[in-house]
Amino acid sequence: MDAASSFVLEARDLEQRINGPSGPLDILRGISLAVQAGETVAILGASGSGKSTLLGLLAGLDAPSAGEVRLLGQTISELNEDGRAALRAGRVGFVFQSFQLLPALTAMENTLLPLELNPAHGGRDQETLSRWAEQALERVGLSERAAHYPHQLSGGEQQRVAIARAIVDHPAVLFADEPTGNLDGKTGHRIIELLFGLARHPDADGPATALVLVTHDPEIAEQCDRIISIQDGVLA
Amino acid sequence: MTLTGNRGRGPLRALLRGTLREWRSAELRVLAAALVVAVAAVAAVGFFTDRVDRGMAQQATALLGGDLAIVSDNPLPADWSADAAEYGLETARTASLPSVVFSSDDESRLAALRAVEPSWPLKGEARIRPGRDADEQARDLGPEPGTAWLEPALLDALDLETGDRVEVGDLDLEVTGVITHEPDRGSNLLDIAPRLMLAFDDLEASGLIGPGSRVRYEFFAAGPSAGVEGFRGWLEDELESGQRLLGLEDANPELRTAIERAERFLGLASLMAVLLAGAAIAVAAHHFAQRRADPAAVMRALGASGRQVLLTYFGRVVLVALVASGIGLAIGFAAQFVLAALLGDWLAGDLPPPGWRPVIAGIGVGMITAVGFALPALLRIGQVSPLRVLRRDLGLPPTSVWLSGALALLAFGGLLYWQAADPGLAAWVLLGTAVAIALLSVLGMALVLALRPLRNRGGMALRFGLANLSRRGGLSAVQLVAFSVGILALLLLAIVRVDLLEAWDTSIPEDAPNQFFINIQPGQDEAFADRVEAAGLDRPQLDPMIRGRLIEINDDRVRPEDFDDDRDRRLVNREFNLSYAETPPEHNRIVDGRWFDAQGQDPDTGWSVEAGLMERFDLEIGDYLTFRVGGQAIRSPITSVREVDWDSFQVNFFVIGPPGLLDEQPRTFITAMHVPDDQRAAQNQWLREFPAVSAIDVSAILAQVRDVMDQATRAVEYVFLFTLIAGLTVLYAAVQATRDVRRREAALLRTLGARREHIRNGLLAEFGALGLLAGLLAAVIATAVGALLAWQVFEFDYRVNPLTFVYGIGGGTLGIALAGWLGTRRVLDQAPLAVLRGPE
Repeated sequence: MDAASSFVLEARDLEQRINGPSGPLDILRGISLAVQAGETVAILGASGSGKSTLLGLLAGLDAPSAGEVRLLGQTISELNEDGRAALRAGRVGFVFQSFQLLPALTAMENTLLPLELNPAHGGRDQETLSRWAEQALERVGLSERAAHYPHQLSGGEQQRVAIARAIVDHPAVLFADEPTGNLDGKTGHRIIELLFGLARHPDADGPATALVLVTHDPEIAEQCDRIISIQDGVLA
Repeated sequence: MTLTGNRGRGPLRALLRGTLREWRSAELRVLAAALVVAVAAVAAVGFFTDRVDRGMAQQATALLGGDLAIVSDNPLPADWSADAAEYGLETARTASLPSVVFSSDDESRLAALRAVEPSWPLKGEARIRPGRDADEQARDLGPEPGTAWLEPALLDALDLETGDRVEVGDLDLEVTGVITHEPDRGSNLLDIAPRLMLAFDDLEASGLIGPGSRVRYEFFAAGPSAGVEGFRGWLEDELESGQRLLGLEDANPELRTAIERAERFLGLASLMAVLLAGAAIAVAAHHFAQRRADPAAVMRALGASGRQVLLTYFGRVVLVALVASGIGLAIGFAAQFVLAALLGDWLAGDLPPPGWRPVIAGIGVGMITAVGFALPALLRIGQVSPLRVLRRDLGLPPTSVWLSGALALLAFGGLLYWQAADPGLAAWVLLGTAVAIALLSVLGMALVLALRPLRNRGGMALRFGLANLSRRGGLSAVQLVAFSVGILALLLLAIVRVDLLEAWDTSIPEDAPNQFFINIQPGQDEAFADRVEAAGLDRPQLDPMIRGRLIEINDDRVRPEDFDDDRDRRLVNREFNLSYAETPPEHNRIVDGRWFDAQGQDPDTGWSVEAGLMERFDLEIGDYLTFRVGGQAIRSPITSVREVDWDSFQVNFFVIGPPGLLDEQPRTFITAMHVPDDQRAAQNQWLREFPAVSAIDVSAILAQVRDVMDQATRAVEYVFLFTLIAGLTVLYAAVQATRDVRRREAALLRTLGARREHIRNGLLAEFGALGLLAGLLAAVIATAVGALLAWQVFEFDYRVNPLTFVYGIGGGTLGIALAGWLGTRRVLDQAPLAVLRGPE
């Protein structure tokens, strides 16, 4: 991380343009923002406002048409696809609306993935990694279900596994894209509580985690430290 | 409505437009590719066999030598020609026998002599060159008395030119022609020795005809069909035992049977490709149906009936299947030229072009395969709930396993029946295939399950790959079976066949007899043995040989028409070679009853019969066999059963009697011995002293057998190549069916920080493990089949060849890993965000 900056995430003059059937179409225009370590930020917007596209650019899942994103002190546009993947490994967590668990793997194996992908853990034995994954599952209350496959779990349980996977390696930034979108109100509420609880209170030896949450729900957004509203591709 | 084309446009045009639009989808392309492979395999064999069948039909009259023929081991009445003339028919007589012929330089060679009357050939024409390099001339008359025509091989062997002299028994003939085509020569597969043709009237003076000589007499008649039928009716009452009347259907029965068997085998081999292609089609159709669930639900929500939806998609699949079958036919037509090049010389002369039958058959195979394997999956599209437009979790109803199995079985069984043309054989092959696939599937599933513990051992890539294999257990097992069958076919042909041939070669001792000497006349036997001994070889044991026809079993007359099996019929139709001996032959084993006493005086003493013949004619110890030898009927009970090792290259007999029973009968002697290569020249010298004796070089026969086997297996290898390609289409189908899931998984892994190499290694681990298991399975089964064949069929010890495992496992792992990687590598090129945000 850039020593001179306390921001884990900075975006400057971001633009995203696609070629539509009737010519170029601007999805995002002139977006600039910054997120501090440990801060919780909501990106609030209606459907089609460009908020998920923005999240993708911030997380380095896609490259912007113009502008710059600095994630954990690294300028994303200077990195290729593998470089961006390496930057995310172990330091960026994700929670998606549609859970995105690997169906071939058990809850435990899904949770282990970020640990195994992080080169920093290359020298560690499998037992240690497994213990950490078990602890993450314990924190989301699913240690009993470690050997279950995603199709054997309810929607809420699958999202809890996704959260365990997102926090297992104590990421500096956690991106959540409509994490309650596929859940009923009661389950969604519990998931949000869990997510904020884990982001704000990492276990004793973990660093503070910044949470960037995309939602269309103002109630959820209000629980964040800060709200960034987006409308038709520009910050409101 | 654009989807169904019900409004405004003709339904056919709408079908065409809809199909063209669908063509962009990978599933239909997989289905088409699988059908192309299946139809190409069947059509290649179909076109080739059609050409051979047509060639055989065209050549049947010429092959038979007339409109009808009578053959016998004894001379045929000369006055038949006059009888035939009354029916307005032309006739010709010929006599064939093997004999050694000599050049004036004392070179000798076994030749297939044929003495022909001047009127020969009645059908077709002989083609002769008056000099080695002269132009070919057509002849409708045989050679003049005092002259001979020789095939080029014989000319070469004896180092002769036209105008030179050749000695045939006591005759000294002038070579006046080189035979380039003999219309009724038959196959070059079965006649070992090259031809020497002479005039019929010269034969008697040759001194080659004596008691026990192996002469085949033929009488041909040709003319108007009414006359042929009338004469045939007259002949049927005249024929005696041992005289066989042949029609066109009898032309060259051995070759016809051999070719029909080979055709049937190639046809069945091509169906293995169809079966694997069927598996690929089933996978592709399943995927096709799944991806059509959304548009089908929209159509239903907008008012289309389930039947309309089904017909819309079914019509598109049928159209694609028709086009694919057409492409398959074109490829099959091109591919048959290779088969014709490999096997074309089974039939003398050029093969005629194929007819339309294979085209119809190819399209039929394509449609039956497409419908049989795709329909169960397609039926589900018609059953999609319109509510899916609101609730995407409402999927298609599951494919009925029973319906899929039953339809596939029906389709494959029907094709088998058509190809085998024999319900019994078709049923056995179907049962064998079903059992083999069930066994392979169980083994495949077991192996996939066995991989599970390994998931915790290796790194993420291995875990990810193996997890994918076990999660897609059913699909993995289908792929595993398909690859195993493909690899197995290649291993069996490439390695096990060679091993078996080599083991067979080494099972023949170095000093096994390589020469048979037949037709040694009584009175010359001692002189012959002395001469052999004088030449520095071991004194040979000469076995008497008496020709006799089996006329009764117990008190029942033996009639060829009472036997169903062709081989049985031919066996009782011709004369048996009988022998007598005081002691059982050294290399035979008495397995039942007891050998007769030395004097043959025991009233119970009788025939010793070979075990296979006992089984063939359902005989038991104590049954009475009556043979007619010369004019005399010899009746005696069976008192012992012998097991004979036919591969020993020793002289063997089906039936041996006690000396008292047969030693007064007309006989010749036969012996087998090993003549070292460096003594062959000397052999030609001393053999001249015994003009009636023929030497048969067994090593040449062995070489010919090996040639035929090599040709046939190369053809089968070629057909199995389609099986391997069909196996790869299963991989392609499976890769396509899992493409969306793989893209999503790859995108997610990249989101979580995986580099390309992680994902690549995971894919390589998955496909490599699949190939390894398929190779292992194929190698184990290939070894088991090899051992079983060696033990049961060839009766020698089989040593496991480690190369079977090296090639099977190594080739399987590398090949499938590479093919799988090539099929899936594009999942890495997708930006993670686009995939994760796209529809599931």
